[in-house]
Amino acid sequence: MATSDVKLLGAWPSPFALRVHIALNIKSIDYECLEENLLAKSQLLLQSNPVHKKVPVLIHHDKPICESLAIVQYIDEAWSSAPSILPSDPYDRAVARFWAAYIDDKWFPWLNGVANAQGAEAKKAALDQVREGLVVLEEAFGKCSKGKDFFSGDRIGYVDIALGCFLGWVYVAEKRNDVKLLVEDKMPGLAAWANKFCEDGTVKDVMPDKDELLEFANMILEARAKLNASSNN
Amino acid sequence: MGEEVKVIGSIKSGFCVRVEWALKLKGVEYEYIKEDLRNKSPMLLKYNPVHKKVPVLVHGDKPIPESLVILEYIDETWKDNPLLPEDPYERAMARFWAKYADEKCMFGAWEAFKAEGEEKEKAMESALESFAFLEKAIKGKKFFGGEKMGFLDLVVGWIPHWLSVLEEVGGMKMLDAEKFPSLHEWAENFIQIPLIKECIPPRDVLVNHFHATFSSLRSLSANKP
Repeated sequence: MATSDVKLLGAWPSPFALRVHIALNIKSIDYECLEENLLAKSQLLLQSNPVHKKVPVLIHHDKPICESLAIVQYIDEAWSSAPSILPSDPYDRAVARFWAAYIDDKWFPWLNGVANAQGAEAKKAALDQVREGLVVLEEAFGKCSKGKDFFSGDRIGYVDIALGCFLGWVYVAEKRNDVKLLVEDKMPGLAAWANKFCEDGTVKDVMPDKDELLEFANMILEARAKLNASSNN
Repeated sequence: MGEEVKVIGSIKSGFCVRVEWALKLKGVEYEYIKEDLRNKSPMLLKYNPVHKKVPVLVHGDKPIPESLVILEYIDETWKDNPLLPEDPYERAMARFWAKYADEKCMFGAWEAFKAEGEEKEKAMESALESFAFLEKAIKGKKFFGGEKMGFLDLVVGWIPHWLSVLEEVGGMKMLDAEKFPSLHEWAENFIQIPLIKECIPPRDVLVNHFHATFSSLRSLSANKP
């Protein structure tokens, strides 16, 4: 299949785009990566995702697919040969989808909320909430992994991708707030999983460098703070 | 497939009704266990400890919460009358629109219902923008699923009945037949389908429920310092 058959509109800091990179790597799919400048979105992005105007967008045979988890499932179904991203049993698939929804609908907004929290008390509450969510996910990891390396067992799968894409941003929140979120003695399973995830062959080369991500986050959040300060005058 | 199927739900919930519709469409027998959401049962807390919400499908001894997750489980377990199309691209589209409809259309309508004055106007504008996308998606089609109803029809199926009650109680008009002719036509047809109609709660039950919700929201905001 020609490389240009599969295009990914992404942005290097985006954890959602990272999900798609990993899924494509799991299936060993050749693809063209188009880096978007999120401050100056391309015509292709605006046309391909008119509803949200966001990355990632997968373009396969000129047809755009949006929303990272919809894209990951699409990849699993369109390239149906092994390795699978979702398990084959309907109940196991439901459990995987449940946890991915929890990560997107509850946990990620909490992580995002840390940067938005104003004042020391609000920050602490936001960070505590992220940690509480990780405790829930630690229990989920125990049940799903059944003693193996990943949520999906021996190989990276759906929930691993859904959560693992945020590890760089967890590091950013830890450094910026001088705290630990992925606390080894409270979340031993997740702590070990995080290391294995980052080292995995499908992840290693596409995961952004954590310190570059931190620099990027510092730049964005400083700019935002300046904007808020000037608009409050 | 001889295991028992239970649905833990509330008849007032637009999320729970989707699950019933899906099971009926597939000809699956189930027991409906009514949950009092002001006084949650030990069963609900056991089967959905993370969110403590309805609906929960219990198949044998396996609990599945989250309505969209349940719909996909039902589709994969009982193969008659498929909800999702076969083609991966069409499936991705259905999943995209389902997420959009829940996050923007339903949430938008709810925000507009709750709000007052200028906030209400803003919330309605935003919700109506999202309805415009749904209008485009249904244009020229009998169902969101094509010739037969499918996944997305069940997901937005709250619109014909629930939205009209929210409109009445919340003092707002959203599903304007002139602005959204295709969506309006789909809604009128959908609610008449027997298996759809038989699962919806009586209108006065919903009206009373949303009136009570509306009053408590108003008194909460009146009591704010």
